[in-house]
Amino acid sequence: MVPCALLLIALPALALERPGPGTALSADELSRRFSACTSCHGPQGRASPEGYLPRIAGKPAGYLFNQLRHFRDGRRAVPVMTWMVDRLPDAYLLEMAQYFAAQHPPYPRPQTVTLDAAARERGRLLVMTGDASRSLPACTACHGNAMLGAQPAIPGLLGLPQDHLNAQLGAWREGVRNAVAPDCMATIAKRLAPQDIAAITGWLASQPVPAGARAAAALPAEMPLECGGLAP
Amino acid sequence: MSRSARRFGIVVLALLAIGVIALMMSMRARPPASGMAPVAGLPQPAAEVLARGAYLALAGNCAGCHTARGGAPYGGGRPIATPFGTVYTSNLTADIETGLGAWSADDFWRAMHEGRSRDGRALTPAFPYTEYTRITRADADAIHAWLRSLPPVRAPNRPNGLRFPWNQPLMTELWRLVYFRPASFVPDGARDAAFNRGAYLVEVLGHCGACHTARDSLGGPDGVAFAGAELAQLGWYAASLLSDSEAAVGRWTPDETVEWLATGINRHAIAAGPMAAVVTGSLQHLERDDLQSMAVYLQSMARPDSGGPRVRGLGRKLVLPSAGDPMLTGGERLYAKHCAECHGERGELAEPGYPPLAGNRLFAMHSPVNAIRAVLHGGFAPATNAKPRPYGMPPFGPQLDDREIAAIVSWLRNTWGQRGTRVEARQVNALRSVPVDDSPGPVSQ
Repeated sequence: MVPCALLLIALPALALERPGPGTALSADELSRRFSACTSCHGPQGRASPEGYLPRIAGKPAGYLFNQLRHFRDGRRAVPVMTWMVDRLPDAYLLEMAQYFAAQHPPYPRPQTVTLDAAARERGRLLVMTGDASRSLPACTACHGNAMLGAQPAIPGLLGLPQDHLNAQLGAWREGVRNAVAPDCMATIAKRLAPQDIAAITGWLASQPVPAGARAAAALPAEMPLECGGLAP
Repeated sequence: MSRSARRFGIVVLALLAIGVIALMMSMRARPPASGMAPVAGLPQPAAEVLARGAYLALAGNCAGCHTARGGAPYGGGRPIATPFGTVYTSNLTADIETGLGAWSADDFWRAMHEGRSRDGRALTPAFPYTEYTRITRADADAIHAWLRSLPPVRAPNRPNGLRFPWNQPLMTELWRLVYFRPASFVPDGARDAAFNRGAYLVEVLGHCGACHTARDSLGGPDGVAFAGAELAQLGWYAASLLSDSEAAVGRWTPDETVEWLATGINRHAIAAGPMAAVVTGSLQHLERDDLQSMAVYLQSMARPDSGGPRVRGLGRKLVLPSAGDPMLTGGERLYAKHCAECHGERGELAEPGYPPLAGNRLFAMHSPVNAIRAVLHGGFAPATNAKPRPYGMPPFGPQLDDREIAAIVSWLRNTWGQRGTRVEARQVNALRSVPVDDSPGPVSQ
């Protein structure tokens, strides 16, 4: 019954979508094609922080499209994702990205994270203000004050499992997650100490998401670092 | 001492006995056909020759192997796993130092027809010159002209990772003495042009036998050509092109065969894994006339009563499960729970994007490998220009354990009119450890 529920929720959102290549497909037709995605990422891409896999629902389409191409073209080393999108054409990956970007199921309650008060405060400070002495910009400087990302291609940071966030920062440090150059997140991840990472991800993972919150409509006027792959 | 080990010993001794001759042959100086200087000042090939070369390169799926994940087309560097170690494909672009920029048409012809590099070195037969040897000179020249028109990409070739003794040039020479003779394509005068064109496309340019013909322990062709082969390194089974219960097209109409070749999907079957890559990278780009010719030839290969490929181990009886086998009843229950929503309670549901499971030959094959992979890893059907938005099947590997997947596949092999061997949990488990990404990019290596 998942496809039916999907249809009801997704139709209004998709009506606003640009039509894809060729004949436009209904939300139901798309959702039935994408059951390979939702079986792991949850109905509509709403995976909760209870597991390891990230929520993809409501992330900006440009971000999701970039990641799908990174998997396909070997810039991110996640074999199961590479297998899934191997040889799928850009146009279809864009449709896939737009479909999940248009899904806005409610966020569940955040994860309960074990973090002492000092680490929690350290995490909050790094996220909200950064650390100028180490050339670390605030997360919010790019990912938005609501930390739900910015259109067209900066991802939200909330509603994700802490383990997943840790793994992404680790992958950037180790060079197994790559973005289009200049890879600003690789630069930032390499400036972080391991205890910074645990503090940041612990704090992020424990933040609730207000109902109806969305990614910022536009990139910040001034980005602290140059980042590739942000063109719409 | 096992049968295969004894056979291996005999072959090695035989090879050593003729080794001296081979050594002499390989020592004989073989200067490049064009001399060592880069080719310059050649007249620009006509546009139709380039177009023909581009088309033939697609028919031969050169880019399928000679392009790394995310890399420049034809820039090489893709790892090819073989039982003898990993081979990295070479750069075919027009770069003088690292590609084919210095190769003349004669050099290229020698590589395709004789399997020798520009410096005379025998090429590893992972490059299917065993099939390409019968290419026509005109076709080889057209591909060469077209490759030389590609923008040069500087990408030094990576030395192959073959294990001893396979990394020894002498070993390749010996292998060639046993398994390879340069040959030409001779049309069958008793058959029409479509048949012969199909034979050329299937056997030579398409090099279908590179996967669909089994190989012996030394990597040479083994048994009946096109009778199906396990691709152990990849964890896939290249089904028999002779048996109608496998990948032969004897029960399909010519149009159905053409549709399958062009899109990997028709109302009977769906291409997956390496075959899906062949469809998207090569077959979907072929002209309808050529696909029809391939259909004619494939039709002629079909043997309705061949009963599947040769089973190794003479006299070994296939043990079919009884109807009350608890594994089958368990599989039926699991199917109802996990599969029926999309595929129907009787395996009857189908979309324009996927065929019904009832009567699907995926479950009739001698090897259950492809069926296990489908359940374990799911995945999208091939995306082609004609069918650009394929359906994706969820991977069930994360949800179901080895016994459960074995039960589902065992049941599907024994329901709706089909009979097949049971699948054991260990077969599922073995496939879990085969990398799903058969061509890892630089960050994964």
